[in-house]
Amino acid sequence: MVERRPALSILTHVVLILGVLIVAFPVYVTFVASTQTAEAIVQAPMSLIPGDQFLNNYASVLTGSDKGAGSAAPVGRMMWVSLVSALTIAIGKIVISLLSAFAIVYFRFPFRNFFFWAIFVTLMLPVEVRISPTYQVVSDLGMLNTYAGLTVPLIASATATFLFRQFFLTVPDELAEAARMDGAGPMRFFWDVLLPLSRTSVAALFVIQFIYGWNQYLWPLLVTTQEDMYPVVMGIKRMIAGGDAVNEWNLVMATAMLAMLPPALVVLLMQKWFVKGLVETEK
Amino acid sequence: MEKRVRFRSLWLPWLLLAPQLAIILVFFFWPAAQALLQSVQLQDAFGTSTEFVGLENFRRLFADELYLDSFRITAIFSILVAGCGISLALLLAVFADRVIRAAAVYKTLMVWPYAVAPAVAGVLWLFMFAPSIGMVSFWLRAAGFDWNHLLNGNDAMALIVMAAVWKQISYNFLFFLAGLQSIPKSLIEAAAIDGAGPWRRFWTIVFPLLSPTTFFLLVINIVYAFFETFAIVDAATQGGPGRATTILVYKVYYDGFKGMDLGSSAAQSVVLMVIVITLTVVQFRYVEKKVQYS
Repeated sequence: MVERRPALSILTHVVLILGVLIVAFPVYVTFVASTQTAEAIVQAPMSLIPGDQFLNNYASVLTGSDKGAGSAAPVGRMMWVSLVSALTIAIGKIVISLLSAFAIVYFRFPFRNFFFWAIFVTLMLPVEVRISPTYQVVSDLGMLNTYAGLTVPLIASATATFLFRQFFLTVPDELAEAARMDGAGPMRFFWDVLLPLSRTSVAALFVIQFIYGWNQYLWPLLVTTQEDMYPVVMGIKRMIAGGDAVNEWNLVMATAMLAMLPPALVVLLMQKWFVKGLVETEK
Repeated sequence: MEKRVRFRSLWLPWLLLAPQLAIILVFFFWPAAQALLQSVQLQDAFGTSTEFVGLENFRRLFADELYLDSFRITAIFSILVAGCGISLALLLAVFADRVIRAAAVYKTLMVWPYAVAPAVAGVLWLFMFAPSIGMVSFWLRAAGFDWNHLLNGNDAMALIVMAAVWKQISYNFLFFLAGLQSIPKSLIEAAAIDGAGPWRRFWTIVFPLLSPTTFFLLVINIVYAFFETFAIVDAATQGGPGRATTILVYKVYYDGFKGMDLGSSAAQSVVLMVIVITLTVVQFRYVEKKVQYS
């Protein structure tokens, strides 16, 4: 702050607090709704004070013991599917990108640049623009309703490969030279020198890619038709069956809270890596 | 930049590249090629015969009122999302930059919506604005505004814009805050000594210096509005009422999976590819510039 202006300082905090409240309001409403009975919610306007159905609602969605109008698959299972997919996508992307960046930076071989550009161009082919043919491929390979179908097509990563390539280029040549003189092979060098050096980039990417994987919607919508393979983000949508009043909104909202929890925790607990990852993947 | 020191192996680099290449070949290039191929073919209703029709699918597409409408809707939607999202985030970031104590607290409270899935964001806003039970729609009615996004196309558009902006605001906020913090304090102080007030300083120094960030966020937000908001639309409005919120990506999905019009869906995919390629090229040309001048 350059000068002292009490009025401006007050305005600053007022604007920021309003901003934070507006940002938090939808989630607060969701939380309140998830603690009420279905009947209490339907009486508009719903009370803004949390109800007493917290345990009931969350237990009933997690186990799927409720028989509502929409889908009533157990959310516990959906969370598991989401967790497995998100972890596979995040770790898979990091591993294959590390390997390809290593190959591209530390070896000379025919078509090296061509391969780099081929990986890079996939940035321009998001799932959304090739929906039907990609679905066709996955279904021909018999990968519908499998973890492989949910994750493998999303594992290629131009941004991660690019990021690791940039990072490897800044690693001093002396390290590779020393490793070679000491008789270490390329994989030994990769494992003992490059990987430890890349730790912070790996952590940053992991946060971003975990959220990316957890929040997938369109892709699971295409490749899963069985309730036991629904990720939770998509399962919520299936719970909304019809008109406003028909849905058991308390359960839908409890599921929404559960679906938000893991990625929000990752962002809050790993905030430093998250910000770093966000800024780096967009360079 | 190239490495001086390299390892020698005839087969290892290929083995290292193999997983990534296999995936992009099978799940990216092959389907993209299929989309290109299907876009110049016509398939009969049972999928038993295909014939080559040249650019017929594209001609039909651009003669289709509904498709042109969808373009218009997507344009309005993207402009609203990018415009509202960027200005709101800029406002909050400028104020957050003034705070000395508690800055980290505000930052933490602003970043977490990034973690919310677009589909969940859609459901949250749908619930608040549901015509018969939503609390915000109740307040609006009490204030004399009859909100019903199931009947009124403008209300539905407003709903998905709000959900999309809400979801993206933390992203924009973080980039603006980083941009603001990289502006040298000496510039601001010099202007203050010369007698420029906060308002004047913002428009003559801070805003021009932020223009690279703003432009970058503009591109990112348009890409976001075009491609990543499918889940919001599907969760909140399903493209309705009528076709008031059928953005391009939603239409590709709908025509390909519900309408089973493969030729048209493939032609739409190709049009979208052209849009992504254009946006990506714009983005990277700009990034190159940033590197030169920094």
